[in-house]
Amino acid sequence: MVLVPTAYAPSSNNKTSSWRTTKPVIDYGKCTRCMICWKFCPDVAIGVTQGMNLEFPNERFAKMEAPYIDYDYCKGCGICANECPFDAIDMVQESEM
Amino acid sequence: MMNLVIYLFNFSIWDLGNKMYEIRFHGRGGQGAVTASKILATAAFKEGKWVTSFPFYGTERRGAPVAAFTRIDNNKVELRTQIYSPDTVILLDKSLMNIINVTDGLKENGLILINSRKNDVLNHPELKKFKVAVVDATSIAIRNRLGDPAHPIVNTAILGAYAKISGIVKLESIIEATKDLSPSKINENINAVKQAYDEVEVI
Amino acid sequence: MRNMNKNWNIMTGNEAVALATKLAGVRFVSAYPITPQTAIVEKIAEMVANEKMDAKFIEVESEHSAMASVMGSELAGVRSFTASSSHGILYMHEMLNWVAGMRLPILMAVVNRSIGPPWNIWADHSDTMIQRDTGWMQLYGESNQEAMDTIILGYKLAEHKDILLPIMVMQDAFTLSHTSEPVEIRDEMVVREFLGDLNLPFKIDTNRPMGYGSLMPPDGPFMELKMDMKKSMYSAVDRFVEITKEFNDLFDANFPGPVEGFMMEDADYALITLGSISSTAKYVVRNLRNQGKKVGLLRILLYRPFPKDLVISYLRGLKGFGVVDRSSTYGPYGSLYMDVISSIYGKLEIPAANFVAGLGGRDVRVKDFEEMFTKIMEGEEGEIWINVGVK
Ligand code: SF4
Ligand code: SF4
Repeated sequence: MVLVPTAYAPSSNNKTSSWRTTKPVIDYGKCTRCMICWKFCPDVAIGVTQGMNLEFPNERFAKMEAPYIDYDYCKGCGICANECPFDAIDMVQESEM
Repeated sequence: MMNLVIYLFNFSIWDLGNKMYEIRFHGRGGQGAVTASKILATAAFKEGKWVTSFPFYGTERRGAPVAAFTRIDNNKVELRTQIYSPDTVILLDKSLMNIINVTDGLKENGLILINSRKNDVLNHPELKKFKVAVVDATSIAIRNRLGDPAHPIVNTAILGAYAKISGIVKLESIIEATKDLSPSKINENINAVKQAYDEVEVI
Repeated sequence: MRNMNKNWNIMTGNEAVALATKLAGVRFVSAYPITPQTAIVEKIAEMVANEKMDAKFIEVESEHSAMASVMGSELAGVRSFTASSSHGILYMHEMLNWVAGMRLPILMAVVNRSIGPPWNIWADHSDTMIQRDTGWMQLYGESNQEAMDTIILGYKLAEHKDILLPIMVMQDAFTLSHTSEPVEIRDEMVVREFLGDLNLPFKIDTNRPMGYGSLMPPDGPFMELKMDMKKSMYSAVDRFVEITKEFNDLFDANFPGPVEGFMMEDADYALITLGSISSTAKYVVRNLRNQGKKVGLLRILLYRPFPKDLVISYLRGLKGFGVVDRSSTYGPYGSLYMDVISSIYGKLEIPAANFVAGLGGRDVRVKDFEEMFTKIMEGEEGEIWINVGVK
């Protein structure tokens, strides 16, 4: 059998959240559900959710899918906050939480 | 000795013995010299011979001089060099005689087959040392509507003539190879082969 | 006379390669056309379009992408193929290393062509010699028959479970790629049985996601991986001998294996060559033998891994030999010469000359080989350029 540079390291064992110093927090009152943050997150740490009891800008948004951040894997790079066209994501110091 | 006996009694003129035959084609881009070398090789291949056929690579454009080569042998051909002293030169366009030395390296008493009318090359000083044969392949090609009158494709006709005078390859094999390698006008090409076979003259 | 009971056809080296990929059951092809390899790509694209070959063909915008895409398909466990020449191979240099390091048994057909400038499209081994340290195995053929057979043998060797390394199979530009000659076509069913299915133990599997080629620190198994690659590669010489025997029995063929000794048994002097010029060299050896000169030829087919023990066994007892390099290298001597000399170092002491010949497609003629034999019989050594400056 030959040696091959492959690694079976399932991500469930390797949570990258420990790398984070600042943390993105979504203000669902401002968020328009455009999903740009979901598209840009380089670590696929932003998922899509439905049916959660979230704030929403108006009634029409009540039934829409919304972004949510998986804090097990978010590394805190801030790209989502930078890309959000509605300034709905704030980067908050971990120590302040 | 064995080969000589066969030659005398069987008149099996396509027995090559141990000799390798080297043939060089000269033409202009578009006249089909490369295909001619391939058809000849294929014809000899069909008779069980070992063959190689290859073009000389330079810049390829319509009208520019091109050369192509065929080697025929009973045994496997090992030589992979260019052909420097051919047994036969086949000239698809007689006007090339004014531009390049078409008989360069041709063996003494070697055969040069020219697409020409007899009078046009008679007494040509360059051809004295060689066995010269002519066939008007251009007229044959035009007659059979191969190519267009300004650019007739003469390669199949000239091979019919070669089959007759060389004794290296049979007419039927040239016809079979022509069928395999002609992209279109198969019957016209075959007719051209047959007509050239009948019309070729040694001078 | 050829054995007329066999299935012969007349074809160019490029056509032989294209047909061989179909016989070998290649399922994925991606390549970027470059002279003189173009006809391979055209022929395969045509066979795929006419449903004569059951494979996916994808067009790419560069050789780098061609190699990257066959890397992807091979990782998915699909037998993959690409072909290139000259500057195309230089452009995929980065990916060549990735493919070898990932242990992917991809086969690439190469039509050897020089490297510019000046611009030149003719035969020269510089394009693959320059890649000899990428971890690819290299197999140089001398005829269109070998152009076909090396594809079949190449997959068998590369996909061996103890080797799993990519392989380049070479033929010379125009001298083979555009020359028509008889080729015995191997039976497709038998080829498929000979090769079996590709079984890549680490192929991409969505049920078991893995990281491929990720970061490896100095104390991680980086050196160990490289050592394993070299070990596998050098085990390929013996594997190739076995595979060749199996192939020859199966197809009633006479493929030589890693090296071919021609009239070497009682030879005093010999030349060592690669590729299509070896045919002309054999012609010259035969002629010189008829004149009573005890000469021979050693042709290297498998250049990477270098079959050093076999080379030593053939050279033992010679009074002198010459190595013909058909590539420009800027080390002290030519690449093949350095490989031969380092293989025999401390074991044999024989005067040896390094001939450089045939660069940029310059014809290596009968008289050139005669000159080389004369020189080694006179005991000349060092680097000697043949047929230069005489035009
Ligand atoms: S980019 Fe901003 S507005 Fe758009 S979904 Fe994400 S948080 Fe909401
Ligand atoms: S901070 Fe970076 S990693 Fe975290 S959710 Fe935003 S884009 Fe993704």
